Amino acid sequence: MSSRRRRCKRQLIKFTQHIARLITGTLNSDNEDEEQESTTVRCHPENLEQLQLQTHFSRQELQLLYRGFKNECPSGVVNEDTFKNIYAVFFPLGDSSKYAQFLFNAFDKDKNGSLSFEELVCDLSVLLRGTTEEKLNWAFNLYDINKDGKITKEEMLDILKSIYDLMGKSIHPRLKEEAVRQHVRIFFQKMDINQDGVVTIDEFSDCCQKDENIMLSLKIFDNAV
Amino acid sequence: MAAGVAAWLPFARAAAIGWMPVANLPMPVAPTNKNKRQDELIILNVSGRRFQTWRNTLDRYPDTLLGSSEKEFFFNEETREYFFDRDPDSFRSILNFYRTGKLHYPRYECISAYDEELAFFGIIPEIISDCCYEEYKDRKRENTERLMDDLEDNKDNKPPNMTCRETMWRAFENPHTSTMALVFYYVTGFFIAISVITNVVETVPCGSMPNQRDIPCGERYTEAFFCMDTACVMIFTVEYLMRLFAAPSRYRFMRSVMSIIDVVAILPYYIGLVMTNNEDVSGAFVTLRVFRVFRIFKFSRHSQGLRILGYTLKSCASELGFLLFSLTMAIIIFATVMFYAEKGSSSSKFTSIPASFWYTIVTMTTLGYGDMVPKTIAGKIFGSICSLSGVLVIALPVPVIVSNFSRIYHQNQRADKRRAQKVQKARLARMRISKAGSSTAFLHSKRNGLNQSLELTGSLEEDQQLKKTTSLLESQHHHLLHCLEKTTNHEFVDERLYEQGYLQTALQNFPSQSPSLSSEEGVTGTCCSRRTKKNIQALNATHTHSHTHNLQELSALHIHCGEQQPLNTSRSSLNLMSDESGSLNCKSSGLVTTAIISIPTPPSNNSRANPDAPPPPNPDAPPRPNTGSDVVKISAL
Repeated sequence: MSSRRRRCKRQLIKFTQHIARLITGTLNSDNEDEEQESTTVRCHPENLEQLQLQTHFSRQELQLLYRGFKNECPSGVVNEDTFKNIYAVFFPLGDSSKYAQFLFNAFDKDKNGSLSFEELVCDLSVLLRGTTEEKLNWAFNLYDINKDGKITKEEMLDILKSIYDLMGKSIHPRLKEEAVRQHVRIFFQKMDINQDGVVTIDEFSDCCQKDENIMLSLKIFDNAV
Repeated sequence: MAAGVAAWLPFARAAAIGWMPVANLPMPVAPTNKNKRQDELIILNVSGRRFQTWRNTLDRYPDTLLGSSEKEFFFNEETREYFFDRDPDSFRSILNFYRTGKLHYPRYECISAYDEELAFFGIIPEIISDCCYEEYKDRKRENTERLMDDLEDNKDNKPPNMTCRETMWRAFENPHTSTMALVFYYVTGFFIAISVITNVVETVPCGSMPNQRDIPCGERYTEAFFCMDTACVMIFTVEYLMRLFAAPSRYRFMRSVMSIIDVVAILPYYIGLVMTNNEDVSGAFVTLRVFRVFRIFKFSRHSQGLRILGYTLKSCASELGFLLFSLTMAIIIFATVMFYAEKGSSSSKFTSIPASFWYTIVTMTTLGYGDMVPKTIAGKIFGSICSLSGVLVIALPVPVIVSNFSRIYHQNQRADKRRAQKVQKARLARMRISKAGSSTAFLHSKRNGLNQSLELTGSLEEDQQLKKTTSLLESQHHHLLHCLEKTTNHEFVDERLYEQGYLQTALQNFPSQSPSLSSEEGVTGTCCSRRTKKNIQALNATHTHSHTHNLQELSALHIHCGEQQPLNTSRSSLNLMSDESGSLNCKSSGLVTTAIISIPTPPSNNSRANPDAPPPPNPDAPPRPNTGSDVVKISAL
């Protein structure tokens, strides 16, 4: 009720303002009500030496990465929408928004809604040049949506659904709802050692290090830059 | 892939680590960058002006001159730079295309010079970005129209073997073609003028008989005027009949505006001839004479400006209609108000609302005759409001009409709506092409069986084979998509095949070979897609009939795919580098088509992924053993 009253009052004020403007003959351009505020944020990273210390990349590699990054995001930060658009280009057949959102949250360590170059490059160095322990930590962080240290079945289901969404509709064999749940079940069978319904970082880490396939596949992107 | 997002590929690939723990299958091996060299600056010397850029920037578009090895032809050994003897100003926008991924068209540039530069550097104009695309298309269209006009103007020499009829028509339409035509043109013009002056002078009172009032000249010199009229009408009739005879399409000629004006101009005379004796209809006869004034419209054949004016009025019909409508509304409102305001005063001229219409019109158009004047105060107030608003209402649509006239006068004749629609359609088509491009590229390389070889036991030769048809960037993107497939244990398929597969499971008893199709969404795509629809219909028909139907369709498909491979389209997906794979696809269609045409085998998971294999002579050749998972490989067609 009060919201309606408020709206009414607001409209009345607007109306009287309009009449006043009409009588005094002010043109629209004289109006100072709607001024645009520039909300552009500019951010530039720390200097090159510090980034070299923090990451495993060489100077030239950092230069290359930053040039590409700056070309795409001149303001120096990536926000979630840009991230989603970029992923949509890489996976044009499917719907990449959910997965991009999870990734964004995994990258965004300080949770300020935008990724700076340092955050990206630090994570990149972990993923491409880090130890298997660090890589597994990162993966665990990705799966753990609410960051409470445990992966539940629902979180896993969400993550897997978003990965399957990346494929889109035209896939073979046709995607059934059951397939995703089956995948979750397999994952939990493998990883959940004490069968308590959640996977902790230790269980995850142990199981992955025992699995040879996973170990091998963690290394395939090592020359990506 | 667009230039910009190429920079993000390392991030996307790194993020793919997140799939590894959940994947149940082994991942394919990543493509390695064999010729990895540190990024270096290269110098492009264009007619003396030096441009410098990273080599990587140019490598983004391997389809073009600068991105491929074609630029090595221009390498100057002594100065260690690439020299191009072209226009440096245009080169700026071309180099910016590599840097930003968007091609802009500078407005000061001449359209044909720009086209030549684009053609030299191997960039197709269709990828001009949206901000400059309309301008480019407009200029291009003007240019082609101008060229066509020039061509027509140069056709002064008479083509031989024109029949008498065609000569006459040409003489009528273009009086400058021959002297006879010019003479005819001026003679008819003269007689039109004479006829109009005669009509006017007929009504002037000239002289007076001694004891009579002034009589118009027409009644005094009746015979003279009658002779003049007859002469004119005879000339007009002869001219009309000659035009009718010479017209290439008589029906169309008779429907045209000019011929109707001609007929209306000469008809009153003949009707007058027929009806002179009857006294009763003499009144109607007088009325008919009014139509003689239409002869003045015959001047529009002689005057270009008059024609443009007529065309303007025709094209501004909506604005004129709006003007009329708003005026009518205002008139009715103000007439009503004035009537009721003046009702009280005595001896008021405002006797009824229609009577007030006259006052309102005169006031709104600021004529102000003064024959009807409001006397009450209310009436005067409303009267002044009426005249003020009249100025506004009339002044508003007029500039629109004026601007229309100037637009037409400068030969901008296309309707804006039609132009926007065409541009919109073309733009949507371009967006679709570029969007579908990257996905089809992946499906192509899959179909060519090259990705299969990239299992973890990938060998060197296959790696090099891969490199031949795609660039490093593309291969990395494909590898990423391949990893995704392995993670989810499902495969990407062509959309249409997916539909067919769906239909298949629905029908279940039809042992079809499901002809797979090239998924090129370019020009070939559209033609093939039409065939696909027919194919799907065929599936619903009876089995034997549809078999042969399929075969015919397939052979038709083959012809289409084989012939219609315009270089434009394959290059139009400039943002992808799937040219060669695309053409490889269609070229190989010949082989595979023959194989399939033999006999469609019962539902089998035949993988005929390798298009280079010779077609099996025996249609019941044993299928290749399936690899790992239970998926149907798509054969190239």
